[in-house]
Amino acid sequence: MAEGAVPRFWREIPQRYNLIGNKCNECEKVFFPPRESCPECRRKSMGKMKDFKLSGEGEVLTYTIIYEASEKFEGQAPYPLAIIQLKEGPKITAQIVDCDIEDVKIGMKLKSTFRKIQDDGYVGAIYYGYKFKKRN
Amino acid sequence: MRDVAVIGVGITKFGELWDKSFRQLIAEAGSQAIIDSGISGKEIDALYVGSMSAGRFVGQEHVGALVADASGFSQMHIPSIRVESACASGGLAVRQGYFSVASGMNDIVVIGGIEKMTDVVGTEASNILATGLDQEWEAFFGATFPGIYAMIATRHMHDFGTTREQLAQVAVKNHANGALNPYAQFKREMKLESILNAPMVASPLGMLDCSPVSDGAATLILCAAEKAKKYTDKPVKIIGSGQASDTLPLHGRNDICTFESTTYAARMAYKQANIEPSKIDVAEVHDCFTIAEILAIEDLGFVKKGDGGKAIDNKITTLDGKIPINPSGGLKAKGHPVGATGVAQIAEIVLQLRGEADKRQVKDAKIGLTHNVGASGASCVVNILEAM
Ligand SMILES: [Zn+2]
Repeated sequence: MAEGAVPRFWREIPQRYNLIGNKCNECEKVFFPPRESCPECRRKSMGKMKDFKLSGEGEVLTYTIIYEASEKFEGQAPYPLAIIQLKEGPKITAQIVDCDIEDVKIGMKLKSTFRKIQDDGYVGAIYYGYKFKKRN
Repeated sequence: MRDVAVIGVGITKFGELWDKSFRQLIAEAGSQAIIDSGISGKEIDALYVGSMSAGRFVGQEHVGALVADASGFSQMHIPSIRVESACASGGLAVRQGYFSVASGMNDIVVIGGIEKMTDVVGTEASNILATGLDQEWEAFFGATFPGIYAMIATRHMHDFGTTREQLAQVAVKNHANGALNPYAQFKREMKLESILNAPMVASPLGMLDCSPVSDGAATLILCAAEKAKKYTDKPVKIIGSGQASDTLPLHGRNDICTFESTTYAARMAYKQANIEPSKIDVAEVHDCFTIAEILAIEDLGFVKKGDGGKAIDNKITTLDGKIPINPSGGLKAKGHPVGATGVAQIAEIVLQLRGEADKRQVKDAKIGLTHNVGASGASCVVNILEAM
């Protein structure tokens, strides 16, 4: 990420802290992060996109274990990173925490959790957001 | 619209070229292409330059003007256009230059591609490459560029039974080809065990599944086909060109194991060329990671979806195989100076179709294809060329 620009983080807080996406009231499709218009309905969706809070429940669609991380994540490596299929439809990329890296599998059921994501050494800021942990 | 031909190519050696600057590299490749084509500077109507991130890699933007100046064209005031589409910047520069000649606005244009990636230290090169991903919704959460391709590999292995060995065999093949290429960054063969035993970067991809950080430049001269024979006995015609886009993050795609930017760009190019994938004699595809070549040969229609790994086992993609892939050594062994890659791919296909590829020559190659991907597949350019 570009260094230093704090407003760049603030404006994503609702999405990153509370998983606020949105829904197209034309076709009912749910998006995360929220979109200005629906790529299916386009013009017809203008002004019909409504905020929608995601449950944070989903499962692993695919994953990797990151061994070589960028410096903001170095203290965390190796860590599992996954694309998660959320129950409501959208897919998102996030870390999986609180589990052994060997235990991560495709299809594993997950629930979102609020965590520290990275340190920005440049302005000393700590950024928070969602990670995912195992759900039974 | 009129036909367009490549009448000259230039390519620098790829590698860690600490003694050469950004300007020297592009000027070197440019003068080679001009000499190869036999044109004179005053015949050039425009320059198109592909560069992903000169601003981050060497702290210099305004690349169009810089390249015109460095190439010695400042007194001719030639229009110069910089083109950016992450790692597909070079292929897209070719496509834009092609349009300008096909339209009739220009007769002769020079296409350059360049990246000087080794002037930055530490993890900076990886961070810059990751700017081709979605910074807010992938990189922010800990995704790296290899990590994104690794997630494609995990799913491909799960869905189609592709193996770690098949991935590594892609690198073995491309290093065998690179060993025959004088421009390649790694002119040496590599054993399967070395690739399998290399340190993990993002599982299942190890360090030797990844293309290197490289410096290098490549150039082409494009000319209206009707005038091409005036300059060369062996013009190579662009018979199809396609480009497509997709969601910036991988997680937004319909299918994790298909680059629809490739399938759409390829369909566009095949349709224009009026040929089927089986007509392609040789292809340079975007193997930034070993899994990327497997995906490419599926999405380009050379093999069925899911059969990319088996294609390596069956040796259909080797130099003497049914569809030789990456005779140059690909990004993996030839090197991957990102902005230069798409242009260098076409330079290699032109040499192949002229029959001038020396030890790595594919026999009787008449039609060739290039496939250049932006980052993790949010953009793709496919070009098809034929000897005239
Ligand atoms: Zn809709």
